[in-house]
Amino acid sequence: MDTRFTRGKSNILERPLTRPKTEVSVSAFALLFSEMVQYCQSRVYSVSELQTRLADMGQSVGGSLLDVLVLREKNGKRETKVLNILLFIKVNVWKALFGREADKLEQANDDDKTYYIIEKEPLINAYISVPKENSTLNCAAFTGGVVEAMLTHSGFPAKVTAHWHKGTTLMIKFDESVIARDKALDGR
Amino acid sequence: MSRQSNRTTDNKKMNSELFTLTYGALVTQLCKDYENDEEVNKQLDKMGYNIGVRMIEDFLARSSVGRCQDFRETADVIAKVAFKMYLGVTPSVTNWSPAGDEFSLILETNPLVDFVELPDNHNALVYSNLLCGVLRGALEMVQMAVDVRFAQDTLRGDNVTEIRMKFIKRIEENLPAGDE
Repeated sequence: MDTRFTRGKSNILERPLTRPKTEVSVSAFALLFSEMVQYCQSRVYSVSELQTRLADMGQSVGGSLLDVLVLREKNGKRETKVLNILLFIKVNVWKALFGREADKLEQANDDDKTYYIIEKEPLINAYISVPKENSTLNCAAFTGGVVEAMLTHSGFPAKVTAHWHKGTTLMIKFDESVIARDKALDGR
Repeated sequence: MSRQSNRTTDNKKMNSELFTLTYGALVTQLCKDYENDEEVNKQLDKMGYNIGVRMIEDFLARSSVGRCQDFRETADVIAKVAFKMYLGVTPSVTNWSPAGDEFSLILETNPLVDFVELPDNHNALVYSNLLCGVLRGALEMVQMAVDVRFAQDTLRGDNVTEIRMKFIKRIEENLPAGDE
């Protein structure tokens, strides 16, 4: 993340971290997001590049939200276990961002590094119809970026990708070291 | 086109922080992609215009606001209905020009700039320029050509955010949108 500058130009540091919830209309967000997708599309050649771009933007959002959410939702307590951080994301983060929990959290049967966050109808895809020729495109790559940044900045480096499966599935692949550490913690 | 029956009443809300940060991510990306702030401003205005062109329909469907009699009524509808509906804030309408063709929207809080500080090397960036495009695009679809710009911005150290809107003319021809 870029360095932050604060030279007294605004009172941003004086404001309380907890504050009354402010809301905007979902339409406004949908229209803005649509423009973002179109803009990204105009500068790339493939679906995967487009998803990468969306994920990059998601990362900047996730990175900015992590600290404040940990403070508000968990009183500043950081998670150290894989399952707990995943639950934090599935429950707390999702509620804060999208107003409800994610539908499901699952672990891959054959791989202890891989987890899935599954949502039948994610808010972000609610007003998006994917053209036939780009049927693999899932704009929830943006959300994937949010989750990836949150996991990575929490000390759980992972790769997160978005797929069309049971609605939208975010596939989380943790770094080997994360799983090894988790097992070591379990052993104690 | 089939219309869902719950469309008009169903005005869903969401956390403004996600919206704000998403907009921030977009502006950041634009700043990386373009050489200078003027280009970024232009791009934001263009995107806003596209949004406005689509938003007006959503707005008319949801708000059941009828045709405005004059520019003053338009100003009130923008401030009290549209801003409230989409951004959850109600700017005040002031500083009318004597001719009644120009006014200011004063925003005490601007949801787009929550958490934002402008770094020194982006002096010319009009961070919320998207809003100008939205207003211009939306009004153009109801046959009003307007000029919209930021007169004051809290990001630049002003006390309030002021958007200045000037009525230019009524658009007579009725070409369908998107034919340019």
